[in-house]
Amino acid sequence: MEAEAAKFIGAGLACFALLGAGVGIGNIFGNYLAGALRNPGAAASQSGNLLLGFALCEATGLFGLVVALIMLFAL
Amino acid sequence: MRFEMLASGIDPMHQFKIETLVPLHVGTLDLSFTNSSLWMAIAVIGASLFLTLAMGGRRMVPSRMQSLAELSYEFIAGMVRSTIGTEGMQYFPFVFTLFIFVLFCNVLGMIPGSFTVTSHIIVTFALAMMVFIGVLLIGFARHGIGFLGLFVPAGVPVFLLPLIVVIEIISFLSRPISLSVRLFANMLAGHTMLKVFGGFVVMLFGAGGALSVVGIAPLLAITAVTALEFLIAFLQAYVFAVLTCIYLNDAIHLHGDHH
Repeated sequence: MEAEAAKFIGAGLACFALLGAGVGIGNIFGNYLAGALRNPGAAASQSGNLLLGFALCEATGLFGLVVALIMLFAL
Repeated sequence: MRFEMLASGIDPMHQFKIETLVPLHVGTLDLSFTNSSLWMAIAVIGASLFLTLAMGGRRMVPSRMQSLAELSYEFIAGMVRSTIGTEGMQYFPFVFTLFIFVLFCNVLGMIPGSFTVTSHIIVTFALAMMVFIGVLLIGFARHGIGFLGLFVPAGVPVFLLPLIVVIEIISFLSRPISLSVRLFANMLAGHTMLKVFGGFVVMLFGAGGALSVVGIAPLLAITAVTALEFLIAFLQAYVFAVLTCIYLNDAIHLHGDHH
């Protein structure tokens, strides 16, 4: 296989990072909703943690993007 | 897709290009004033002007601008108190400066045609290294050699220790990388996505006929994505500040037990 082709395949494979990010973000919002419906009184106080968890989770998916970019442009 | 866009003059990566405005070379060092320096300067001047002018009146009943400044102060002060405790307030100026700088750089980057300083890894890495070295210095100054106890979590079985200590050290050393890559990748990905979607809409409208009617849907979508990007711009500044606080808390109270 040509090295150039392997680069593109590798960059595409790096997009699998989105799988984990998607599961994680779904988990965070799903669990928040479940908790908020059981105890609506405590929901507002946890929205900061919700957004923090969302941002941390979303970033892991973007690490995959960085790997893909490194493969495409830096190798 | 990308090559088609290149042909039509829409390159999603062009917005990240560093351009020299005032060339300045000292020996082999390139100290030129670039568009990145320009927007950094605008962020610093904008933030200083905003906070100084907003607090200039010092009214009992705050004006809108003063409320904004007080709100951002209280927001970060509350975060520092809840993550580090009251003794963390001596590091509040540092955390607040970091937050405001990153926030202004992110939000100024949302102006069409401007430059996003935080979309370059070297800028965010410098900020993250500042935090990392600061944490090391504070940790060793406060606890001496005992700071190394950070790598030995309490309540771990002795036979697991060799493994856990290595993992803890690796995770500690990767902090500046994850902290900087998180901010940089978010800004890079967000702005690239906006440009790609925007180029897609322009191409659809340019195609004319039925395609330009279809183009209305992605136009609405990109409007929503732009709103999301404003949220991300704020959120990433917040996350940067929160993680700085968590790392500082490690340096001040080993194992984070300040309660």
